[in-house]
Amino acid sequence: MRLISEKKTLTIPKGINLDNGSRLAPVTLVYETLGELAPNHDNAVLICHALSGDSHVAGFLPDDPGDAHPGWWDLMVGPGKPIDTNKYFVICANVIGGCRGSTGPASINPATGRPWGLDFPVLTIRDMVRVQKMLVDHLGIPRLLAVIGGSLGGMQVLEWSLTYPEMMAGAMPLATTMRHSALAIAFNEIARQAIMADPAWNHGDYYAGPGPGTGLAVARMIGHVTYLSDTALRQKFGRRLQDKNDFSFNFDVDFQVESYLHHQGTKFVHRFDANSFLYITKAADYFDVCRRHGDDSRVKAFARARTRYMVVSFTSDWLYPTSEAREMVKAMKKNNIEVSFCEIKADCGHDAFLLPNPRLAELIRGFLDSLAGQ
Amino acid sequence: MRYDLKVISSWIKPGTKVMDLGCGNGELLDFLKRDKQVTAYGIEEHEEKVANCVARGLNVLQGDINAEIIDYPDDSFDYIIVSQTLQQIYRPGILLDNLMRIGKKAIVSFPNFSHWSMRLGLLFYGNAPKNPQLPYEWHDSPNIRVITIKDFRHFIKGHGFVILREADINTSRRDLSGRLVRFFPNLRATYGIFKIGRGTK
Repeated sequence: MRLISEKKTLTIPKGINLDNGSRLAPVTLVYETLGELAPNHDNAVLICHALSGDSHVAGFLPDDPGDAHPGWWDLMVGPGKPIDTNKYFVICANVIGGCRGSTGPASINPATGRPWGLDFPVLTIRDMVRVQKMLVDHLGIPRLLAVIGGSLGGMQVLEWSLTYPEMMAGAMPLATTMRHSALAIAFNEIARQAIMADPAWNHGDYYAGPGPGTGLAVARMIGHVTYLSDTALRQKFGRRLQDKNDFSFNFDVDFQVESYLHHQGTKFVHRFDANSFLYITKAADYFDVCRRHGDDSRVKAFARARTRYMVVSFTSDWLYPTSEAREMVKAMKKNNIEVSFCEIKADCGHDAFLLPNPRLAELIRGFLDSLAGQ
Repeated sequence: MRYDLKVISSWIKPGTKVMDLGCGNGELLDFLKRDKQVTAYGIEEHEEKVANCVARGLNVLQGDINAEIIDYPDDSFDYIIVSQTLQQIYRPGILLDNLMRIGKKAIVSFPNFSHWSMRLGLLFYGNAPKNPQLPYEWHDSPNIRVITIKDFRHFIKGHGFVILREADINTSRRDLSGRLVRFFPNLRATYGIFKIGRGTK
């Protein structure tokens, strides 16, 4: 059966007060929903997307008759799938600061009538979550069954559970961290510098022209490496050459891994805004639940949590390694919170949560069903 | 369910908070959750078993039990269950002290190494003894600690804890049924099950 996702827009004219002290108004949120909200409104599952994701989490949009664009988590969301749209009402919204319909640096600044560019305020993960809360209220949902997300989506899950502790029965942060490590910040900064070093970036004011395609492609290449693993790269490419038997002795593409990264970079430029990349990675770098919620203490940060957690990490994820997930679980335990933790064996690195994984499917299905059965 | 698990569950008060160390696929916790409405927690090393526990709606942490129990505050649980796991622990004394801190009471069960079949095996055949409860060869056994019922009583007293209840049981070959052993349990019981309290400590 063909699953149709409905794309909708919520505009909040009065906007929101942001963590940086400024006010963003109006705010538009693009979101999609799947499945039916139960009569007592208790079956809603909010999915938070990662850096390059969007509201199109699963199924096909009505304006995609050739079914060319399934959602980014079509593996996991749909009828009979772990996040079963026959049972659950699934919501996924594009984050603010993004470039897939929600208000972001490419939106029009009402004060100037031109795209925001760098005048757009620097956001936090909490700002993103607070707008999502307005959406959930707008949909008439008093309490979510679960909030689920991986990577940057996992940060939103954690933020949801601490800013709105009574708003969900369960929280499932996948392949994520309580705060960005120096390593994660370092890679983000290199990626941002790649964009800003592109002359076409023009201090963020490029919407009339072609934009910093080269810089954004390099930023994506860097990011992509951090989502993989040594093992994955060895298995996928090794030192194999691309369409040749010997070195070219110039700086064209020699290795398959180079070709792959170029392809990923170019593909990304067509669907992503360079300024959005800057804003979202900055929000990820600022993310720190200990600082925000616990005066720099991990344990204090989770003192407010009231939800059941299911934390998942992947063995080969070196961007948000298992050790960081365990630190998080430890803080939850010290607060006597109901928490489950599983480290899934996977060779494919950080991206594992987006790839076919029967174990992850089993955990998501099991956790959701147990929340629904409570 | 295994007979020793039936005995253990009969000792658990309804509505309590229970932690099962080495909870496997969550069979006991699942039963306690449904039958005694306990809030169920478990620690298990194997990924697949952890997933099975999650599917049963249990709170389960993947990890090493010695390391995982350290993080809990005092008195976090009403009962800590250590079912047929203690004989696989490298430093059971440290584990005991830690678990009696986070749990108000502990329930510990283990295969009795001084069962007559084990004694006869060593006496007559001169091999490292085996029986249906302890079926492994010396070199592939996960059971690195040899515990007898008598030794265990001394162990508990030596750590300053008290035995609140003891059930020595003799089980059938597949452990699904059994009976209590009143006389000469150290010789005749295949398993010892103990409820342990802090006493004055």
